[in-house]
Amino acid sequence: MQIRESSTLYDVIIVGSGAGGGMATKQLADAGLKVAVVEAGPFFDPKDPEQMTQMKWPWESPRRGANSVRPMGDFDMAYGGWEIEGEPYTHKDDTKFKWFRSHMLGGRTNHWGRISLRFGPKDFKHKDVDGFGDNWPIGYEDVKPYYDKVDKLIGVFGTNEGLPNDPDGFFLPPPKPRLHELFYIKGARKSNVPVIPSRMSMLTKRINSERGVCFYCGQCGRSCSVYADFSSGSCLIFPAQKNGGQIDLFINSVVREVTTDEEGKATGVSYINKDDRKEYKLKSKIVVLAASACSSARILLNSKSKQHPNGLGNSSNLVGKYLHDSTGSSRAGFIPGLMNRKTSYNEDGVGGLHVYSPWWGDNSKLDFPRGYHIELWGGMGMPSYGFAFNVNEFNKFFGLKVGGYGNSLRDDVKKYYGAVVGLAGRGESIARVDNYCEIDPTTVDQFGIPVLRFHYKWSDFERNQAKHMHQTFEEIIQNMGGEPLGSTPTKEQDYGLLEPGRVIHEVGTTRMGNDSKKSVTNEFQQLHDVDNVFIVDAGPFVSQADKNCTWTILALSWRTSDYIIDQLKKQNI
Amino acid sequence: MDRRKSIKSLLLGGVATGLAVHGCKPKDDVNINNVERLDEFKYNYGRTPKEKQQIEALEAKQFFNTHEMETLAVLCDLILPANDKFGSATDAKVPAFIEFMAKDFPDMKVTLRGGLMWLDHTANTKFGSEFKILNESQQKQILDTIAFINTKVHISKQPLEIQFFALIRNLTLTGYYTTKMGIEDLGYKGNQPNVWDGVPDDVLAQHGVAYDEDWLAKCIDQSKRNITAEWDDKGNLLT
Repeated sequence: MQIRESSTLYDVIIVGSGAGGGMATKQLADAGLKVAVVEAGPFFDPKDPEQMTQMKWPWESPRRGANSVRPMGDFDMAYGGWEIEGEPYTHKDDTKFKWFRSHMLGGRTNHWGRISLRFGPKDFKHKDVDGFGDNWPIGYEDVKPYYDKVDKLIGVFGTNEGLPNDPDGFFLPPPKPRLHELFYIKGARKSNVPVIPSRMSMLTKRINSERGVCFYCGQCGRSCSVYADFSSGSCLIFPAQKNGGQIDLFINSVVREVTTDEEGKATGVSYINKDDRKEYKLKSKIVVLAASACSSARILLNSKSKQHPNGLGNSSNLVGKYLHDSTGSSRAGFIPGLMNRKTSYNEDGVGGLHVYSPWWGDNSKLDFPRGYHIELWGGMGMPSYGFAFNVNEFNKFFGLKVGGYGNSLRDDVKKYYGAVVGLAGRGESIARVDNYCEIDPTTVDQFGIPVLRFHYKWSDFERNQAKHMHQTFEEIIQNMGGEPLGSTPTKEQDYGLLEPGRVIHEVGTTRMGNDSKKSVTNEFQQLHDVDNVFIVDAGPFVSQADKNCTWTILALSWRTSDYIIDQLKKQNI
Repeated sequence: MDRRKSIKSLLLGGVATGLAVHGCKPKDDVNINNVERLDEFKYNYGRTPKEKQQIEALEAKQFFNTHEMETLAVLCDLILPANDKFGSATDAKVPAFIEFMAKDFPDMKVTLRGGLMWLDHTANTKFGSEFKILNESQQKQILDTIAFINTKVHISKQPLEIQFFALIRNLTLTGYYTTKMGIEDLGYKGNQPNVWDGVPDDVLAQHGVAYDEDWLAKCIDQSKRNITAEWDDKGNLLT
């Protein structure tokens, strides 16, 4: 089979169209560069009626939104999931890692929670605080100007609170708390856990004429048809195209490897077109990988050549190493004070939480070194599959019979509607060299590309943190006048700690640093080994703070884009 | 109308009744899925071509036989009969929903089918007849033995018939409350454009909570939501 090569020479090929790829596309195309965006999945526009799930009713799905096909439910806007047919991944030594992939224009930004937190000064230099892991080669002051620009370009609501490690920004005003959130504020404060308005990238206020303002349907996971939430396609790539950018989109195109020349410099990429299953090549002066931390590591490791026998950018042998995800654990509680609610009003609000708790603890006095924040859910949501399951289970708290049948069940449904809250902790783990992904020499996917094999173990630091989460959750739920549901997870259950990968904040596989023996990229996310290859997903993260990674991906991708433009001007690459 | 006919009309619902039911005895060759489809259920909700095919493939198969569908209809309506304002489970097409879910989550198949057999076996043993044609009092005598859950024992450790009934109750209620009728019954007011501006005062009073003035002062002034945001250099919103 002959590989077909395009004669076009692009300035930049960007692999992947999620947060990092979208931002690089916007910045580099706006700067006048000729850009190719190569995306493994189909085109997606949240306002396309053929693809849209926003504002659909549960009965429009024959499974009423159940998760038998899309793992986060039938209306969720991610094409992909934990397992993708024909594209497996494997594990080493019986360890566990779950890998969520979404192959579509905009990637996982189409369905994410939009919790948009900046890393704080301590998050970039945490080794200085507790001796664990490594410091980033950059500090908050290097990233702050980019966070500021991201806030203004994309829009995020929140409040300036003057907290030392949860920096202020350029916020839109937050929405008012809902009823269950008022209960949470009371309960958490009783435990001296701080609560502030959440920081999320939905437009509570207009930021430009191209994007709409939030109309409070609470369905950001379905991707917003008026572009009032941040999704990479609708907020970065489409505006860059409208702005006259020279952007060629290659969809349904799975990148196999970065191609290199005799000097070992990148010349472009080769990819498989999913529609005709043939291999093609694109040429460029610069390659920017933004395929997600693990996918970009896989592409590098599969890009072997005479000059790069260990894979591209892998002279340090660290590509794939230091893989880490946020920790996560959650608990639901039944709150009698939220029973018998009036359904006289629409409380959908923005998708997710209107309030949250940033980390408050002093780790020097705890048996785990890093913090976590608390997210919250609840309210009178739209019914979907699973609604009214175990309808009167909470009768047990009142000494009443559980179960039964007949019209009294209608009363039970209404009595308990909106009376459950969920608390979720999202914390920082320590990056370790022995948690990694690598190429599985025995397995290829349906495109013939060698797949990833994961090796990942939590340590007691993460387990102890999860234990602390549950102690906190139980106390707050009790302070809310409620009953924590289920039992306290035991040591054998890792104290309820989710399997690694489950929080979908996987980072660190191509970490940045000043020493080319101890890191894969420099502070501008440029491979130490090859100066015309950059990585703008979460691979270069040295550590994943207890913040969500997207806002930092966006800020660093913009910073890298500025560096690329500057280096091209200076003819250094 | 005898009981069998009423079962059939419950099963098929108002719109389809005229098409399929002509006599008192139910026909065995009725394709339940085809006559069940109402405008409300069009499945036009952003499916990829592959997802559409998956739905069509599931719908082309029939899991429950006619007798099982009729038994399901009787059972679902015992769980959720009509009241003076809203229809019953079968009015909301719950049996067809359960038929779909049994194929969509095949792990449920044995519990569902086995449980229906348990009902008939018990009905035959106690009353000498199939469950669906017992009188309501007899049916309830059977249900009363399986409808309540021991909350101290995990459901998976309880007898099959109890697990079965818990599953059917879950599917019946979820199937009902995810229809237009069920959502109207529930009173859910969302899934439409809105301008969220806080919890109404009467609701705050009912639940004994209040907004903090300092907190409210930070929140969006909805009268300014369409004015483009501008900030000073320090991040203070000016507009």
